[in-house]
Amino acid sequence: MSVIIHKDTKIIIQGFTGKMGTFHAEEMIKYGSNVVGGVTPGKGGQKHLDRPVFDTVKDAVKNTGATASILFVPPAFAADSAMEAADAGIKTCVAIVDGIPSHDMIRIKRYMRRYSRTEKMTLVGPNCAGIISPGKSMLGIMPGHIYKEGRVGIISRSGTLGYEAAQQLKNLNIGISTSVGIGGDPINGSSFRDIIEKFETDDETDVILMIGEIGGPQEVAAGEFAKQNMKKPVIGYIAGLTAPKGRVMGHAGAIVSAYGESAIEKVEILKECGVTISKNPSVMGDTVKSVLEKI
Amino acid sequence: MDIHEYQAKEILANFGVTIPRGGIVYSPETAENKAREIGGSKWVVKAQIHSGARGKAGGVIVCNSPLEVAQATDKLLGKKLVTNQTGPQGKIVNRIYIEEATDIEKELYLGLVFDRSSESIMIVASTEGGMSVEEIAKEKPDSIIRSKIEVAVGIQDFQARELAFGLGIEPELVRRVSETIIGCAKAFSELDATMVEVNPLVISKQKQILALDCKMSFDNNAMFRRDKVSELRDKTQEDEKEVYASDRGLNYVSLDGNIGNIINGAGLAMASMDMIKLAGGEPANFLDVGGGATPEKIVKAFRLITMDKKVKVILVNIFAGINRCDWVAEGIVQALEKIEIKVPLVIRLAGTNVEKGNKILKESKLNYIEASTLEEAANKAVAALK
Repeated sequence: MSVIIHKDTKIIIQGFTGKMGTFHAEEMIKYGSNVVGGVTPGKGGQKHLDRPVFDTVKDAVKNTGATASILFVPPAFAADSAMEAADAGIKTCVAIVDGIPSHDMIRIKRYMRRYSRTEKMTLVGPNCAGIISPGKSMLGIMPGHIYKEGRVGIISRSGTLGYEAAQQLKNLNIGISTSVGIGGDPINGSSFRDIIEKFETDDETDVILMIGEIGGPQEVAAGEFAKQNMKKPVIGYIAGLTAPKGRVMGHAGAIVSAYGESAIEKVEILKECGVTISKNPSVMGDTVKSVLEKI
Repeated sequence: MDIHEYQAKEILANFGVTIPRGGIVYSPETAENKAREIGGSKWVVKAQIHSGARGKAGGVIVCNSPLEVAQATDKLLGKKLVTNQTGPQGKIVNRIYIEEATDIEKELYLGLVFDRSSESIMIVASTEGGMSVEEIAKEKPDSIIRSKIEVAVGIQDFQARELAFGLGIEPELVRRVSETIIGCAKAFSELDATMVEVNPLVISKQKQILALDCKMSFDNNAMFRRDKVSELRDKTQEDEKEVYASDRGLNYVSLDGNIGNIINGAGLAMASMDMIKLAGGEPANFLDVGGGATPEKIVKAFRLITMDKKVKVILVNIFAGINRCDWVAEGIVQALEKIEIKVPLVIRLAGTNVEKGNKILKESKLNYIEASTLEEAANKAVAALK
């Protein structure tokens, strides 16, 4: 069984009846994801895309048995929606939305500390492309057809750079077990380390490609975890070699503010941790291929 | 978003931090009056720009008479100050802060930032005020003490007290230092700040605890609920092209090279810049038109890039997902019907319907160089420079 989501995972859409929610729900349904309904407060009892709409996440979970949700709500309400999902017993929540204040993200994460490790919701994002297990389920906004089914796990902060990697792998006839976009914000729901740990125990994944960028400590933390705890090979690429210090490069989290946060420093530290580095973004696929040939 | 020193001081004063007497002026005449109004016999004239290290750049002048205050103000107003943080183009001085001079006994450092490892607010303090925090970390690392704020409950009195005692503050002043720390922490939490820095925080000869220089930055994502803070934005302190971009929903950073680029997604944009560098070129900018790369955004992006006179080649790299290459190609063709490009143009499309997209570009009258991979695009852009 794939990590995080699988073929039958019951999915609800938070912000179901809005323009974004509707568009991406349709894409997910076309891909084959098991979308069982959605939530828009005040529209409970209606039908949308042939599926029931609920006023609260609790109602939706009670009536559909959903275990996963995806948020298409404006940034100002996103923290509230994520906490509502956690409280209703959702196990996996993907926040696509870009623009959630950092103070809100910290609040969500503190709120979730009330749950035990086994009860706790996995929050992915915000400001991310979501999760796809090719051929099984898509809980995200990516173009599903560029992901070939296979045994490489991908974790990426960037959406389009993750697509680039999936396309390069497909061109080499290499498939993907699951791809997780963890998002470009400084404080996110799941870190590289959180997801890499899940891939290590996933019997459908052989190698992991980690696509990082400048800013923050998460790539290094994942590298150190891999060195100490992992048997599966990890391949890494860090974007932002040419990014000037102290400037935010598009992603709110892509800013070099401390030692170990620049691309060069991250690459050096990851190498020491035994991670195979893709020397530039156009050889991510080739680097994965060369590692696969060695196992 | 950054604000000026005097604005940060006003905010922190409302949270119980003591600041020296002072006022903002826009002309030498008002400066002279302001000095008289403040009183005393010594004043500091401080250029207000969004940068630290202003003193070394000549932006802080100590004066001994109201006349000198007026002269110093005259000297600084309208000048471009170049510090080690502004880049060679410097930042323009439009506002001057006049402040009473302080008899300094001791200079401390106090800073608050988000700590991304522990996902909390970190207070950093040191007895070595007056230097930048980077310098302190390098030269006097042992002087640094830290304390993490548990955001769910906010800063506690004991934490502020521990920091104050940790700084070796004499017991009768500990309460005032604690109140200063608590004030900064509350301002950080209540106003969606991402950085608060008081450097130096001084103990004066008269045993006052004063915030002599203050800096604050705020979370752009939270400005929808911080009207009063967002009003403090001073666009004259930002790069003209970056203001143009941010007003149009584009993520843009101006750089020094000559290859302009238009890319969808921040990660892909950084990766493309890296490829340009590896191919032997230098990017003129970072520009992310957003994952969706809508035709409207592409038009705006071309307008922005053509504003930049150093650009000698333009590289477009779009990975189309749900937005499809044919749609993106139509957007590019439409954009270039409106905007004239006088430099070579390299276009790389990838993703959904790439063949259709390239066909549309080929059949248009567009004069461009086609590339199929990231590497090829960068190589062709660098080759087109010659």
